[in-house]
Amino acid sequence: MSAASKDNKIVNEKIVENATCTFCGCCCDDITLTVDMDKKVITKAQDACILGKAWFLNHVIEDKPIARIDGKEVALDDAIDEAAKVLMDAKFPILYGMSDTICEAQRQCAPMMDDCGGTIDTTTSVCHGPSGMAFQGVGEPSMTLGEVKNRADFVMYWGGNPAEAHPRHFARYAVTPKGMFTPNGKDDRTVVIVDVRQTKTAGVADIFLQVKPGKDFELLWMLRAACKGAAIPDNCKELCGIEKDVVEDLFDKMKNCKYGVIFFGMGLTMSRGRHFNSGALMALATDLNEFTHFVAKPARGHGNVTGADNVVSWQTGYPFGVNFSRGHPRFNPGEFTTVDTLTRGEADAAIVIASDPVANFPKPAIDHITSDKCKLISIDTKQTPTSEAAHVSIQTSTYGINTGGTVYRMDDVPISLRPAFDSPFPSDLEVLTKLRKKVNELSKKANRPYATKKYI
Amino acid sequence: MNNEIHIKNGLVFDPTNKIEGKICDIYICDGKIVDKVSSSAKVIDAKGMAVMPGGVDIHCHITGPKVNLARKLMPEDHRLDPHFKTKNTQSGSGGIVPSTFATGYRYATLGYTTAMEAAVPPLMARHALEEMYDTPIIDNGYYVLLGNNLFLQSLIAEGRKEEFKEAVSWWLNVTKAYTVKLVNPGADEPWKGHKNLNVKHIDDNSKVVDIAPRTVIDAFINVVHELGLPHPPHIHCNNLGHTGNYDTTIETMKTAGDRRLHVAHIQFNSYSGEMGKSPQSASKEITDYINDHENITCDVGQVMFGKAAFMTADAPLTYLLRGYKKQKWVNADTECESGCGILPFDYQGMIYTHALQWAIGLEIFLLSKDPWRIVLSTDHPNGGSFANYPLIIKLLMDYEFRKEAMKHVNQKAMNSTILGDLKREYTLNEICIITRAGPAKCLGLKDKGHLGKGADADITIYDMLDDKEEMFNAPRYVIKAGQLLIENHEFVSDYTDKKVLRVAPDYDKDIEKVIKPFFDDFYSISFGNYAINDEYLHGTGQVIETKKKKSIYEN
Repeated sequence: MSAASKDNKIVNEKIVENATCTFCGCCCDDITLTVDMDKKVITKAQDACILGKAWFLNHVIEDKPIARIDGKEVALDDAIDEAAKVLMDAKFPILYGMSDTICEAQRQCAPMMDDCGGTIDTTTSVCHGPSGMAFQGVGEPSMTLGEVKNRADFVMYWGGNPAEAHPRHFARYAVTPKGMFTPNGKDDRTVVIVDVRQTKTAGVADIFLQVKPGKDFELLWMLRAACKGAAIPDNCKELCGIEKDVVEDLFDKMKNCKYGVIFFGMGLTMSRGRHFNSGALMALATDLNEFTHFVAKPARGHGNVTGADNVVSWQTGYPFGVNFSRGHPRFNPGEFTTVDTLTRGEADAAIVIASDPVANFPKPAIDHITSDKCKLISIDTKQTPTSEAAHVSIQTSTYGINTGGTVYRMDDVPISLRPAFDSPFPSDLEVLTKLRKKVNELSKKANRPYATKKYI
Repeated sequence: MNNEIHIKNGLVFDPTNKIEGKICDIYICDGKIVDKVSSSAKVIDAKGMAVMPGGVDIHCHITGPKVNLARKLMPEDHRLDPHFKTKNTQSGSGGIVPSTFATGYRYATLGYTTAMEAAVPPLMARHALEEMYDTPIIDNGYYVLLGNNLFLQSLIAEGRKEEFKEAVSWWLNVTKAYTVKLVNPGADEPWKGHKNLNVKHIDDNSKVVDIAPRTVIDAFINVVHELGLPHPPHIHCNNLGHTGNYDTTIETMKTAGDRRLHVAHIQFNSYSGEMGKSPQSASKEITDYINDHENITCDVGQVMFGKAAFMTADAPLTYLLRGYKKQKWVNADTECESGCGILPFDYQGMIYTHALQWAIGLEIFLLSKDPWRIVLSTDHPNGGSFANYPLIIKLLMDYEFRKEAMKHVNQKAMNSTILGDLKREYTLNEICIITRAGPAKCLGLKDKGHLGKGADADITIYDMLDDKEEMFNAPRYVIKAGQLLIENHEFVSDYTDKKVLRVAPDYDKDIEKVIKPFFDDFYSISFGNYAINDEYLHGTGQVIETKKKKSIYEN
């Protein structure tokens, strides 16, 4: 593709300014795309990082069927009818994924599962789900990323590797940019990295702290105790792998900064302790407000996983793992989260949207979702192990490249997408709107009794 | 024709058109109120019922980023109050901050058909609009937070009046807002930039404050008046919640001079006493000022005992309150624009301050002479849920009930107020004014809050019951834009074709050249991606005309 732009002049060229890259949760919205409208490819993605370039430049329109049932090509409407029937006939249908599609499409999902009495869950349940639970327990002092750029003089990353996962996080938001009260960029900031190993991220650190694996909670709790006036214990190194005086110095810096921020990643949420770890971190950030202004934020991964959290929350009151089988939303992670419902063999139908559990889930979950006991429906932009294993498979266009809509950046800031070129594939929004309508029609015909309060 | 409805035999309350409980016919066609309908129209026999315009909530927090954070924060509260699916409606979660579907349905089941979201930071306005579209039945609009906008403050400080006017107008347009909201103006900088401090005084000129709150307030009142917005600046005064804050409130109202101003949840700003000590009621001083000044409107922000949730752009206040019980707390700073604090809360009758706040709210209702300028609100969910509205109505309409209620709360607080001496009882017509006709007038909504020809056919029909709480808790019929939604207390259809109300004052496009450099330097999203396009209105936007007015009585 790059060869095309160098050697042959593009005849039908289009420039898209302020395009948003939806590869990761940074949602950088300052990308300038050069599009070859004849070949339907993006030839240049100016200002995108290495991940963003891969996302934009490798996108091609595949010559694949839009809809298939059991591998055979069918009309889209037939596939939607079959999918709706599968969901309505199932006793325990589940919906999973949603983090790589627009909010408008996500909004169709909860009402649909409400109509068929199923479960809705997002990829949050396997990434920052524990942070969501911790949030419910302790709250969170937080901010938009622009505040970090403008004000933060103390920036900490805990249990994450943004240098490789969110490559532009440093330059756009948190480490080097010059803001209103940080006119000298990185010189105005103290950057601290806490991790179990020295990743690429450690390279930007003023202070790198290598915490013992599985001992994040201990270090966090020591700092919390310090906020309440307790001394850092003498056996600090033994407890968490870091020298006492280093922790004391760290606490001093946290307490005396003007505007402190901690970003945390899955090193905290998916290691031993899970929501206790993220809860301890949010509580620490809260405690530090006794001394100064302090905030914390999970560094979310997928392009619109934050949007999925928001949409499911506003429609049901809970962020993920929500079940409708009793006629109203119930939240219970562990019971209604996807890995669990599959591993226990409960789900008898699964609709997966913009996600690939067959490639990523634990084996018992994969075994069930691909077995005869569970009818699988896949809506995705590419062929994946999940779409190949699916009973009904629908291929859709890609958000941010072929379709517009809304995504939420990791700090809950909503951004509108600017598509580069059309796709012959239908959008997630179109497919899900039709499917929701169909499920609604069937549920009205099914005439099932609706629960009323007397059954509580 | 099924788009026609004829309501007959009902006791009609339409204060705007001077109909104060008279039996007459109401005709509806194509979503509007008309003179007559054909004989095939659906007939609703409203014998023994009160017919009123749909309720209008002028100040509540129901959609947007902070609301959603509070929803996420309180699963324990949703769990106790599920909102069930019916054949015609979606399920949801209830509690003090219901999910969007539940919010819409629950407002409708109180007879409310319009509710204005009171505070959204511009950067997050897309979120609010998205949620509005998922909030069924009720028409919405929202007030955009501009009072702590750093760019606008710099224009005020530099005296660039013309550019300030254009910039405010630009912001209202690109965010699709209804009016300007000011929350504790001047307080963001001390909070975010000076280790969690707050402004202390409307003329505060200490080092931590870049610009005195009064200067900001004056500038916004002026520009909104100049632009002729249908609703004046909606202000959450400085020092809200602090003992002795009533003089700040009065100073704020004085700053308006004879220009229009809406003081939000004024109960929270009506405390006398010495700062830092227990508050006393200043309802008399506050209502005296309002009674004498036609340009001022307010909503009460009545406190009701039970669960509440603080959600406000007044972040320092929330943090202060968090200090009492150290419970879970959310702070959310928005770059260059706003702060925000969220805190689950309980109002308890036996606590002096809470009981006093309850009494002050009622005193303000009872002492104010002009019901058109005082609106019923709980600042949902800050003073309690909107679900309390029927109980508030009963408290206002029934002196004996009020006396009884006073016996069950903190007596020290009751003895320090004059509530027990206020024998006034609101009439049904006055209730109709403070819940519908008045707020519609304060908002400049000509098609709402009344039943005259051409008005939106948003109508609520209540059974006439002696117990007014019961009466207002469950309307027998609710009609939205001419569509029958609730019949015999049950939803018979869903309605999603709702409106987003907004303003669109003219502005000079060149102002973007002035604003853009600031964006490029200090915002984290591109200037080109900031303005919200019309798709977010889903074809349901309604622009309300702008026209300069000195009071709500001018047409």
